[in-house]
Amino acid sequence: MKITRFLKTILMVDFVTGLLIALKEIFKTKKTINYPFEKGKISPRFRGEHALRRYPNGEERCIACKLCEAVCPAQAITIESAERSDGSRKTTRYDIDMMKCIYCGLCEESCPVDAIVQGPNFEFSTETREELYYTKEKLLDNGDRWENILAANIKSDNPYR
Amino acid sequence: MEYINLVFEEVYKILFLLVPVLVSVAMIVWLDRRVWAFVQKRQGPNVVGPFGLLQSLADALKYIFKEVIIPASSNKIIFILAPIITMTLALIAWAVIPFGENQVLANINVGILYIFAVSSLGVYGIIMGGWASNSKYPFLGSIRSAAQMVSYEVSIGIIIINVLLCVGSLNLSDIVLAQQNIWFIIPLFPMFVIFFISALAETNRPPFDLPEAEAELVAGYQTEYSGMMYAMFWLGEYANILLMCALGSILFLGGWLSPIDLYPFNLIPGAIWLILKILLLFILFALVKAVVPRYRYDQLMRLGWKIFLPFSLTYVVLTASYLFYFNLLPSL
Repeated sequence: MKITRFLKTILMVDFVTGLLIALKEIFKTKKTINYPFEKGKISPRFRGEHALRRYPNGEERCIACKLCEAVCPAQAITIESAERSDGSRKTTRYDIDMMKCIYCGLCEESCPVDAIVQGPNFEFSTETREELYYTKEKLLDNGDRWENILAANIKSDNPYR
Repeated sequence: MEYINLVFEEVYKILFLLVPVLVSVAMIVWLDRRVWAFVQKRQGPNVVGPFGLLQSLADALKYIFKEVIIPASSNKIIFILAPIITMTLALIAWAVIPFGENQVLANINVGILYIFAVSSLGVYGIIMGGWASNSKYPFLGSIRSAAQMVSYEVSIGIIIINVLLCVGSLNLSDIVLAQQNIWFIIPLFPMFVIFFISALAETNRPPFDLPEAEAELVAGYQTEYSGMMYAMFWLGEYANILLMCALGSILFLGGWLSPIDLYPFNLIPGAIWLILKILLLFILFALVKAVVPRYRYDQLMRLGWKIFLPFSLTYVVLTASYLFYFNLLPSL
């Protein structure tokens, strides 16, 4: 027992096995990705940048029920509403302070008309704080830009809701 | 005029050696990081230039443009001198490395002693840096480093005696030429292993990177350094590692000699073979870094003084008696 241990130490058996394992690992596929050039898969439930969606005819979905404003734990959402000329209730102001937002997804869940959603985009860093104060125009613009992916995500996630 | 021409000729020769050495130091940092990353299944630096080859160049540029901060309570002259000494000493040792028959900057007859002396002086850069910083961690780091380098230099010295017994000359070219029949790695294999491990300790590489053990000492003697001065420490360190790899390949792997003295192999110039051997040793250096955890300080000292020193001394006796008994001692 002692002799085998002595021989093991002298011949550096453990070290050499470790080195061989390291050599084997070198030729295996890498577990990391080249981030800006290739991106990891994102779940349809991913809670990224917010967007306000529209109906196919161009009418905005939001009915100014203010459920999202009420449920928001970080109180990041500010809504003001008014009656439009055709008698429907619409928002005149819909602001999300992205610096307050904790990306919990409760606004998306509380919305009865799927108007406010969190999209797959997580690369929206800015150089000033002001740019992170999202207004209604910005959110609607986001909705228009990501509509295809957003609709597909909501559809694919629907059976589990 | 004659004199000026002579000086210029020497300067050209020196530049012809130094520029490739500095460039390869930058490349070797990239290789080190890349091998390390590959063992850990990461990508490593691969964005700047092809395969990320220019990463070190980008890093060096960054260091140049950074502000150099000199601590108010430091000894300023010594503080600035320390990285300069480290880098200069790491570079001047390259003067005696032969890249082929007669392809050597200074073919002095005590080449190995010269390298040994210069690499021993390298401790001064680190001690001065640690002392002049006037701060706890650099000081502790430099004390550790001094003790470590001194102890492992002893065993390296005795290992070199083994080789010198077989060669009968201190000239590095003679050492390479003595290996034409058989590389010294085969008869002196245990010495090669100990040389390699001592070289790791001598250059403060993991698993013996105690002077800069980040978990205990922040960054050791480099803690207070920034900008270009930090980069010079960094360059000197890697130039030293490269030098140790070159020394290892000259002492044990037959320097510029091709592994097989046959037709297609001996057409390749000797410098290429030397570079390949240095690269091989360096990849081993990098692999060890990725595989082995850091030694505890008392383990490090025990390994150096109680195992390597007696073992290599015994091997000196064995080699000497073998050579003496079979009448193989080289004529002096």
